[in-house]
Amino acid sequence: MQAQKITESALLARNIPGINEKLKKSGIAIAGLGGLGSNIAVMLARIGVGKLLLVDYDVVEPGNLNRQYYDTTHIGLLKTEALKSQINKINPFVDTEAVAVKIEAGNVLDVFKDYSIVCEAFDDPQYKAILVNALLEAGGKKIIAASGMNGYGSANNIKTKRTLKNLYVCGDSMPAEQDGIGFMAPRVIVCAAHQANMALRLLLNIEEE
Amino acid sequence: MYVNGKEISVQNKISLYEFLNKEGYEIQRVAVEKNGNIVPRKSYETEVLSDKDKLEIVCFVGGG
Repeated sequence: MQAQKITESALLARNIPGINEKLKKSGIAIAGLGGLGSNIAVMLARIGVGKLLLVDYDVVEPGNLNRQYYDTTHIGLLKTEALKSQINKINPFVDTEAVAVKIEAGNVLDVFKDYSIVCEAFDDPQYKAILVNALLEAGGKKIIAASGMNGYGSANNIKTKRTLKNLYVCGDSMPAEQDGIGFMAPRVIVCAAHQANMALRLLLNIEEE
Repeated sequence: MYVNGKEISVQNKISLYEFLNKEGYEIQRVAVEKNGNIVPRKSYETEVLSDKDKLEIVCFVGGG
């Protein structure tokens, strides 16, 4: 069998016509590469977003594989490196920039300075708040955050809402007492898809949701 | 005062910090907009609320 030549236009042939050039010139930052971030990054790579900033300081562990876009060969690797390798296999025309640092209030602006759209995909709610506040206080950026996607309740409860002027939040809006039930691939990936779709919409200058 | 679209009465001269505590919010998990502008975290104690204010409060739940 003759090997088919893989071109960028062939990979993106089934995208909505007329947007590929715009996506190719765009960049999205992803803060945290767990169940949300690894899946967001892969979706944005599949649709041909030109540049992705991947931020996480952690390594892949067996317990990640129930919902994160890694496999058993990645265990022990930095998530940044494992995900770069996954994305390169899916769409080698995407430019991935990996930053393996822990995000704190003091380094947020430096790490995300070149990106106007940031997907918040952390696990810890305090770090979600640190990132979102620092970016909103700095101004000029749009953030797509996630809150509430645990368990196996109805996927229909996961929504995208523009909660603040420059903040979209995807999730089921359940209170904090629901924490700790456990995280399963389907609802986490539904939420990640909400974030990726909102990122796509913002890249196409669609604001409201 | 309106909080996340709901009208509530607010004690005169209360700070945002006191209000969030009184309402049971975990300060370390929230982001707050007052009248359309983000309130910097370092200003919560000095930001005084009045009856005319509109607050939007986002409180994050863990998981990702």
